[in-house]
Amino acid sequence: MSLKRVVITGRGAVSPFGLGVPRLLSAIWQGRSAVRAMTEWQEVSGLNSRIAAPVPELDSRSLLPRSVRRTMGPMAIYATLAAKEAIADATLGSELLASGEAGVAIGSTTGSAMALEDFYGRYLSERSISHIKSGEFFKMMGHSCAANVCLALGIRGEQWAPVSACTSSSQAIGLGYLLVRAGRQQVMLCGGADEVHPSVTGVFDLLRAASTGNHRPESACRPFDRDRDGVVCGGGSGILVLEERQRALARGAAIHGEIVGFGNVNDSGHIANPDKESMALAMLRAMGEAGLAAADIDYVNAHATGTELGDIAEASAIVAAVDGRTPVSSLKGHIGHTLGAAGVLELMVVLEMFARQQLIPTRNLEHIDQRCAVANLVTTMQPARLETVLKNNFALGGINTSLAIRRVG
Amino acid sequence: MEAEDALRRRVVEVLAEEFELDPEKMVPEATLYEDLGLDSLDAVDMVVVLEKTFGMKLTDEEALRSIRTMEDLFQFLLRLQAAER
Repeated sequence: MSLKRVVITGRGAVSPFGLGVPRLLSAIWQGRSAVRAMTEWQEVSGLNSRIAAPVPELDSRSLLPRSVRRTMGPMAIYATLAAKEAIADATLGSELLASGEAGVAIGSTTGSAMALEDFYGRYLSERSISHIKSGEFFKMMGHSCAANVCLALGIRGEQWAPVSACTSSSQAIGLGYLLVRAGRQQVMLCGGADEVHPSVTGVFDLLRAASTGNHRPESACRPFDRDRDGVVCGGGSGILVLEERQRALARGAAIHGEIVGFGNVNDSGHIANPDKESMALAMLRAMGEAGLAAADIDYVNAHATGTELGDIAEASAIVAAVDGRTPVSSLKGHIGHTLGAAGVLELMVVLEMFARQQLIPTRNLEHIDQRCAVANLVTTMQPARLETVLKNNFALGGINTSLAIRRVG
Repeated sequence: MEAEDALRRRVVEVLAEEFELDPEKMVPEATLYEDLGLDSLDAVDMVVVLEKTFGMKLTDEEALRSIRTMEDLFQFLLRLQAAER
C-alpha cells in the first residue's frame, strides 16, 4: 500500500492572546508579549516564579452548552473551542466527522490541574468523596481533552491522547500524520492543550528552571539571551486539521502546509536534562523521512524555552543537524511555554510565516548568549524565502521531536 | 404551606443554577430526564446539590430512582424533611 501525503487544512487556537487564530497571529506580528504578573500566586508558599501567560478569561457558558461543558476543565474547553475553529476553517462537514474517517489526537501534560485541585482539595481535607460532582473525573483524566472534543463535536474515528508534557501536541501532530499517511484516517484533528496553574509552574520552579523575573513579566522569557533565567508557563490550545492530500485537493480546500517528516526519539540519558545528540537525531530523522538535506531547510522554529542548558543544547544540535547559517528563532518570548499546546500553537505561527514569507524573531533576545551564538539567531522581523522548515519540541522525560513542514502553493 | 412553597422555590432555584435550566420550565409535571434533559450523571450531582442546600442526607436509593417529575422530587424532599423533624 502506498503512503499518502498529509496536508494541513484547518487551524484553531485559544492562546494567551485570547480566542481565535487571528488574535494570536496579530499579537505575534505586533511583537507583543502575553506574559503577566500572577499576583494571586503570592499566597503559594515557596513559589518563586510568579509570572505566566494564561488564557484571558473566556465566557465559556455562552460559548459551549452545559451538556458538554460539565465534564470539561479549562484545558478541555480551550481544546473544544480550538477544534471548532479548526473545523470551520477547514470547512469540514458533520457527516465526515461522524463517518469514522475523522479522528483526533490531542494531548496535555496531565488532566485539568484546576480539577485536580478541586478534587484533592476536598478529598484530602475531609477524607471523603461524598460531595464530589460526577463530572470531576472526566476533567482530570489524561485523555480529557481528546474525549471531550470527540463528544462535543460528534467525532467517531480514532481517539488518541499523547500525554508527554511539552511534546504532547508535537507528538499528536506526528501521530495524526502517521495515521493519515498510512491511510487509517482521512482527516485527523491534532494538537494539545494546557492550563496555567501554580502547581505546573511549581514543577519548573522546583527544578530551578522557572524564570523569577517577576518584576519584568513581559521581558522575563528570553530564549537564547545572555540574561535568561528560565521558563515562563503559558496556557491554551491549538488544533490543526490534517488531511489526506488528494482529498483536500479534490474538494479545493485551502492548504496551509504539508507535513513531510516526523522525528520522535528518546535521549534515554536523564529524566530532565537536555541532550543535544538526541535533539539532533530528532531533526535528522524528520529530514531523512522527508528526503531533505541541510541545504533544504530554510528556517528552524526552536523549542528554546529560555533555560540555560536547554537553549545551549538546542543551538548546538541545530548546527549539528542542519548548519550554522539557517535562521533560528523561538516564540516562547511572546507566549511563554504553553506546554502541551506549545508545538501546535507555535506551528500555527510558522504556517503564517510561510504565508507572509517573513521570519518572526525571538522576542526579548537582546544580548545573544555566546554559547548559543553558533546558530544563526534571528533578532529582527525580516523577509525570507521559506519553503521547508523544521519545528522542534522537546519534553521532560527525554522526548525530542521535530516536524518537517513544507510550504504548499 | 408556606414552608412547602419555600422548599419548592429553593429546589427550582438551586437546580436551575446547577443545570442551567429555565425555571419557567421546571413545573411540577415536568419530567427530569425527558422534559428537562437531565441524565444519570446529572442525577448524581442533583443529590450532591440538594444535600448541600438542605443539610440532609439523601440515602434512599430506591426512592431516588423512582423520582420521575419535579413533583416527585418535591414530595420526596418534603417527606424527608417531615421525617427529620
